[in-house]
Amino acid sequence: MKKEYLILNKVQGPLIILSNVEDIAYDEIVDILVDGKYNKRGKVVQIYKDKAIIQVFETTTGMSVDNTTVKFRGESFKIAITKDILGREFNGIGDPRDKAGEVYSSKKYDVNGRPINPVARRYPRDYIQTGISSIDCLATLIRGQKLPIFSGNGMDHNELAAQIVRQAKISEQSSENFCIVFGAMGIKYDDANFFKKSFEEAGVLEKVVMFTNLADDPIVERIIAPRCALTAAEYLAFEEDMHVLVILTDMTNYCEALRELSSLKEEVPSRKGYPGYLYSDLASLYERAGMMKGKKGSITQIPILTMPNDDITHPVPDLTGFITEGQIVLSRGIQQRGYYPPVNILPSLSRLMKDGIGEGYTREDHGDVSNQIFAAYARVQDVIALAQVIGEDELSEIDKVYMDFGRAFEEKFLKQEFDENRDMIETLDLAWKILGILPSSELDRVSPKILEKYYKVVVK
Amino acid sequence: MEGNIMGVNGPVIKAQHMKGFKMREMVMVGFKKLIGEIIILEDDYATIQVYEETSGLKVGEPIISTGNPLSLKLGPGILGNIFDGIERPLEKINEMSFGFLPEGIGLISLDEEKLWNVEIIVALGEKLKEGQIYAKVQETESIMHKIMIPPGVFGTVIELKENGDYNIETIVVKIKQEENIYELKLYQSWPVRVPRPVKDKKTIFKPLITGQRIIDIFFPLAKGGTCAIPGGFGTGKTITQHQLAKWSDADIIVYIGCGERGNEMTEVLEEFPKLIDPRTNLPLMNRTVLIANTSNMPVAAREASIYTGITIAEYFRDMGYHVAIMADSTSRWAEALREISGRLEEMPAEEGYPAYLPSRIAEFYERAGYVENLNSTEGSVTVIGAVSPAGGDFSEPVTQNTKRFVSVFLGLDKKLAYARHYPAINWLASYSGYLSLLRQWYEENVAEGIIELRAKMLKLLYEENKLLEIVKLVGEDVLPDDQRLTLEVAKCLKIAFLQQNAYNSVDTFAPLEKQYKMLKIIESLYDNGRAAVKVGIPISIIINKELMEKLYKMKYNVPNDELSVIDDLENELVNYFNELIEKYK
Repeated sequence: MKKEYLILNKVQGPLIILSNVEDIAYDEIVDILVDGKYNKRGKVVQIYKDKAIIQVFETTTGMSVDNTTVKFRGESFKIAITKDILGREFNGIGDPRDKAGEVYSSKKYDVNGRPINPVARRYPRDYIQTGISSIDCLATLIRGQKLPIFSGNGMDHNELAAQIVRQAKISEQSSENFCIVFGAMGIKYDDANFFKKSFEEAGVLEKVVMFTNLADDPIVERIIAPRCALTAAEYLAFEEDMHVLVILTDMTNYCEALRELSSLKEEVPSRKGYPGYLYSDLASLYERAGMMKGKKGSITQIPILTMPNDDITHPVPDLTGFITEGQIVLSRGIQQRGYYPPVNILPSLSRLMKDGIGEGYTREDHGDVSNQIFAAYARVQDVIALAQVIGEDELSEIDKVYMDFGRAFEEKFLKQEFDENRDMIETLDLAWKILGILPSSELDRVSPKILEKYYKVVVK
Repeated sequence: MEGNIMGVNGPVIKAQHMKGFKMREMVMVGFKKLIGEIIILEDDYATIQVYEETSGLKVGEPIISTGNPLSLKLGPGILGNIFDGIERPLEKINEMSFGFLPEGIGLISLDEEKLWNVEIIVALGEKLKEGQIYAKVQETESIMHKIMIPPGVFGTVIELKENGDYNIETIVVKIKQEENIYELKLYQSWPVRVPRPVKDKKTIFKPLITGQRIIDIFFPLAKGGTCAIPGGFGTGKTITQHQLAKWSDADIIVYIGCGERGNEMTEVLEEFPKLIDPRTNLPLMNRTVLIANTSNMPVAAREASIYTGITIAEYFRDMGYHVAIMADSTSRWAEALREISGRLEEMPAEEGYPAYLPSRIAEFYERAGYVENLNSTEGSVTVIGAVSPAGGDFSEPVTQNTKRFVSVFLGLDKKLAYARHYPAINWLASYSGYLSLLRQWYEENVAEGIIELRAKMLKLLYEENKLLEIVKLVGEDVLPDDQRLTLEVAKCLKIAFLQQNAYNSVDTFAPLEKQYKMLKIIESLYDNGRAAVKVGIPISIIINKELMEKLYKMKYNVPNDELSVIDDLENELVNYFNELIEKYK
């Protein structure tokens, strides 16, 4: 029988400190009973001699030093998972939010997971067609990739994520084994509702598991929510052979919660007050994506984060970019010009696309086309800057052509309706149509063979 | 000897009853026997950093002494293998527990069962000195593993085994020195934090040829030298490191994935065995060692992985090999230092990094060098460290402190990467401190005037940069023709020469001779173009589209073994200009 402890030393924010404890383990889960009726849970975050610091998952409001009973479970935080969780909604610590009752399973999984052995990984090579030209052509999403959306407050990242969910098609495969794990951290009720509605409209609701921690839910749960989501994803992918798309939103809220807890624990802060282990902590989430040898399933992650003040060098997007395999960056400037999706292609990148495109995957010209568009669109930015100084009329002939290219690119290629689904070939053909505006001598990233075959078709 | 746990805080553990333990000693922590290292000793107490997950550890669990500092087993079985940060083979771990890394792996290292065909090359009664080679094993098709007497040991051979197949634990030679008898196996142990001794450090004189044009011609690396590659995310640090690991002319490559992505290590594991080394025609994996501590693996082992890598590199250097070590990325290592320092509640210096960061960086890079080994062979360790500055800002502490201790600096540029100009090495911000040391080698082995040619072309790029400032304000059309020529030639230099496509089978590696010829023909374009401008030929005619196309594409169209094509192209170019100038006279 485990001992119960009746006296607390200190309660501060979500932390409680206990002394005279014995035989407790680091990272162990505790059950807390307040006033004999309110059940809460917490986790041991530090032990020293006979003292333990416990992080409470829910609010500590109402706790006093002598009305609280603490019981140690002797194991780390685990949740029960079966395939029946599909179609369900849970809170940040895996308790049901809907009215469908507890999940019963003989198998329980540690939410912290274990790192995948690099030797056991399978290198991701199959692309996912999202039906969005700017992503499919220029930052192709690969099954098993972690590709975040860097956005800002008030931009259309939720719409974009919803569109990806609705349209995502894995090349030449039925959608039988496809499912979505949705982890919401500190988002507004409206946003959560938007996603729920769009899953419903897409008719995939019974293939979605939601772990929702809303903006006014306890912050400690916010730390656990993505871990529960990823644990569920790992189960579905590697034990049920499903292709899982994980959407985590909003990672910035998660990091804020981490900072709040860190400062409560009086840890030494590093950049902007975030804890020094922010990189390792984010990595412990993002790295839980991928494919494994001998397993059919996969985990593809699309975390969404809002860059504070649209600053891409802020620690949250910065550290994320160093861990994830590329990023899709949204730009306020493009959104203000009225284009949806407001993808700024220049800083956007998919690191895995090089091995998942081209002959045998999408089409032989894909690599050259995307490189050429990047190079040309980068030139357009220089020309625009020049035009602002000397006026568009004074531009050289070729610069004027680039201006036309830039406009056509945004108007015809980037811009897309919320329900417009372009397939890969359509997107690539469209890209050639836009590139056709430039004279062939400007297309220095395209090999002569491909230029011959595709350019001549659009420019007669 | 046994102490016990007093407190746990992430990877840092406080323990008591630790009197007999030594500083930097490796210990086994808890019932799971997690591997840890003592980092502070005070009275009866110790602070230990643990190389595995500490979840589930309890106060009072035992701490067992091993008596040794954190050490590596150095012997056959290292090459072609992938290890974690403290030299535990990941393949083996995967056999023990498939898929996810288990807890409490314990202390495993090189394969102790595998039999190696050993050739003993010493005789009974022979006097052996430290560092001397006493046996040889053909470890992979391309590399002969030479087994050496450990530093500090010497004596007369009193017993030895016949040539034959043995595992690494077999005692193959016994030597006696006065009363001491040393039993020599196929491996030796060496503490990771201690540099292996050498007879003499020599002056650098040989380049490390990488097959990457911007590096070999403009910012050359040296065998035994140091290099830093800083760049924000998405600028191509990892691809540059991979390119160097693939194509540089070192004998052995040690690649440390320090706190980076799991899929990147998988990529190397899948790709390298298929790639063929252009120098030996054997798979590149034969000469490669991988150390992987991906970003989600325990942070303390990340700190150790850098030392593990460089110790392995030094061991192969001692055999007389040229070793290049790539650390991707040293920033993650510095962050691991910061994280542990934070848990120790040390006083932070800049941006939370500990005050000893510069000295740790210096210690690491100083282990590079071109040396004369104890056994009088020559070898080198070249250190190439990627740096991931926060926000791509080179003024942050890790980049700044690294800059102080490395001689080659290859700054990666976001703007170039956005335009998909790869490698995105910014020629204005980068430098190589080895130019004067390598000058003689280049002149003897490539061509007489190559250093001057390099200077001329670099000057052209500087001029272009100045002109572009003007173009930004007034547009290109208003410039005089000689300046427009500069812009055109610089553009050609950038597209035809500086950009190199890592995914093109021809362009991924360019031999030095091809690099030189390509640069020469661009010089020829510049000189002839200027002559043409002088006689008043308009720029639109000087820059012939067809000809430029051929120059742009020569990196793809000229096979690396048919360089005469470039000579033909140069003749064509000279003829074109001769006729042009003739016509306008």
